[in-house]
Amino acid sequence: MHEPRPAPHPTLLAKARILDPSRDLDIHGDILVADGVIKDIAPNLADGLPPDTEIVDCRRLVAVPGLVDMRAFIGEPGAEHRETLASASQAAAAGGVTTIICQPDTDPVIDDPAIVDFILRRARDTAIVHVHPMAALTKGLEGREMTEIGLLGAAGAVAFTDGTRSIGSAQVLRRALTYGRDFGALIVHHTQDASLAGEGVMNEGELASRLGLAGLSKAAETIVFERDVRLAAITGGRYHAASLTCADSLDVLRRAKDAGIDVTASASINHLTLNERDVVGYRTFFKLTPPLRAEDDRVALVEAVAEGLIDIIVSDHNPQDVEVKRLPFSEAAFGAVGLETMLAAGLRLVTAGALDLMTLIRAMSTRPAERLGLPAGTLRPGARADIALLALDEAWILDPLTLKSRCRNTPFDEARFEGRVVRTLVAGRTVYEYV
Amino acid sequence: MTSNPTASFTLPRRDLLGIEGLSPQEIIGLLDLAEEFVLLNRQVEKKRATLRGRTQINLFFEASTRTQASFEIAGKRLGADVMNMSVSTSSVKKGETLIDTAATLNAMHPDVLIVRHSASGAVELLARKVDCAVVNAGDGAHEHPTQALLDALTIRRNKGRIEGLTVAICGDITHSRVARSNMLLLQALGAQVRVIAPPTLLPKDIDRFGVTVYGDMREGLADVDIVMMLRLQRERMNGSYVPSVKEYFHFWGLDEAKLRYARPDALVMHPGPMNRGVEIDSAVADGAQSLIREQVEMGVAVRMAVLDALSRNLPNA
Repeated sequence: MHEPRPAPHPTLLAKARILDPSRDLDIHGDILVADGVIKDIAPNLADGLPPDTEIVDCRRLVAVPGLVDMRAFIGEPGAEHRETLASASQAAAAGGVTTIICQPDTDPVIDDPAIVDFILRRARDTAIVHVHPMAALTKGLEGREMTEIGLLGAAGAVAFTDGTRSIGSAQVLRRALTYGRDFGALIVHHTQDASLAGEGVMNEGELASRLGLAGLSKAAETIVFERDVRLAAITGGRYHAASLTCADSLDVLRRAKDAGIDVTASASINHLTLNERDVVGYRTFFKLTPPLRAEDDRVALVEAVAEGLIDIIVSDHNPQDVEVKRLPFSEAAFGAVGLETMLAAGLRLVTAGALDLMTLIRAMSTRPAERLGLPAGTLRPGARADIALLALDEAWILDPLTLKSRCRNTPFDEARFEGRVVRTLVAGRTVYEYV
Repeated sequence: MTSNPTASFTLPRRDLLGIEGLSPQEIIGLLDLAEEFVLLNRQVEKKRATLRGRTQINLFFEASTRTQASFEIAGKRLGADVMNMSVSTSSVKKGETLIDTAATLNAMHPDVLIVRHSASGAVELLARKVDCAVVNAGDGAHEHPTQALLDALTIRRNKGRIEGLTVAICGDITHSRVARSNMLLLQALGAQVRVIAPPTLLPKDIDRFGVTVYGDMREGLADVDIVMMLRLQRERMNGSYVPSVKEYFHFWGLDEAKLRYARPDALVMHPGPMNRGVEIDSAVADGAQSLIREQVEMGVAVRMAVLDALSRNLPNA
């Protein structure tokens, strides 16, 4: 795997609040970074530093492990007008994300080891954060024939998914879980029954009826997820639900975990902080897949993150250009950008008292790194120095024109936030600094 | 033609439908008898009169040039009148039709039926409906007893024994009758059997067969005496069971590098026909450790032994 070049000189992050979910550590002190790794963490490391050490004053800042975003759709190759690995990595760095897991629905689809290799080389040459591809689970994302899971994994794919496509055939998913098991492959699945989803564009219910929009039922998610859990149980495969949105699915997840099945799940930051009422006014930046749900489902999701039932929070970064967004709601494309706002939006939940900061960072960094087997998500001495520095008390308003992503379809257009990323380090090198 | 002065082994049964149900003594008896036919087959005069006046029908519902030819030669060398009947499976899919076929054949008074069918259990069903001896030449994913016997004969001739050997059967275990018959036979004679396959090609609860299961070729081949490769059917290659030929060969195809994990004197077998570059590399298939051609020779001898042993139970024998 590609490692970004370490900074040429040591860096001391002085007098920070240091928060490391991998060790349940929340202390004040200094972090010494050199040669791309965290050399030491202690209350005071100011004495005896190498003469060329850069000292960063971190009073009032929180140092956390760089975020690992497990679900980012990037247009490269094939749709570079939407996003490139370079622009996505700039957006990521601005959002405190030091590792992006890109999704395979590119053109060509990432279903061949040569394309995995292309992504890794392209990221090495153009990206400023770590990029790992998920490979397609089925050839051409067609849901019929599994891909070369062994060879793709050897080439550097960190997991297998059909992106926003759900696999209709239980037999195909069963064989993929079975086949992938001996390779330790993580199978990530978008749980949405296509026939039940039909033409649905927003959450099914009273509001959709009032707006005259086709509804997309929660059952479309829960039925497929329930099926998948049973397949994971009988195959012994490693399974991850890409984006759960409703309380019914959480019941299934709880039962699966209680039964010891190797199942984990993500929720997107959008589903944790927005609800179906945001769609009122037919604002297409809120048209997402799966759709935003009702408030009680959102609350249930947040509670599930708080108790650790939902393991991972993802940005679900999905840039769409104006051509496909500036359309009537039912005709517009699904998706919103999210790399730059994931953490800021998550901090809303902390401010509201729904989550503590440790839990938030664990779900955005430590857990995804663990589930994917990546060397990230920790501030342990010896670990790679992927670090985000946060100013929790800084209030700001999102100006979409400042977004680094190539597309600006954000549901947080002109939203008020409290807390922001002020510096991001990747392998010890500062790749973003807020000025 | 001369009579057979030495062979005296009799199977105490009318049919040979599978390895299951055969005792170790019966298996060894068949192998010993086959040894004599190996010698006979290497002579200029290869004929015996054991089946003179008898009618053997090779009834193949599924194409198989090799097995059919092997049984045909075996029957002819024992003096039988051999007739080949190839029946298209599409016209005989239903059980009733199979039974109709049996009744028709029965009216022709054959003495031995050699049957291959794509459905597991079809041969046994047919055997119940006819009056003659029936030999299973492969039924679905169930059994292929003469293949297992010829494999055992080949091993015994090269290693001097079967007991105590470690044999790895590699590839599509789920759909393989060869694997099932071999697992039964080799274990009955005291070999340790391993199976190596991607998990999609392992039948459920395979570990209850008394075999050790491996997903990784290198681990599974460590210190084995015999490597038995299986043919991968084309329809399994395209992503439905394994992602591709390339991936299958990379992880489960037998090449010289993987073979080095086996014992230095390990021997390689394959029931044929081979997919070179899919389950086996040409260098290994044609290499010094390969027994693949010898297996074909042993096939004729074993089938002669089976026909000979069964013939002693035929009416008026």
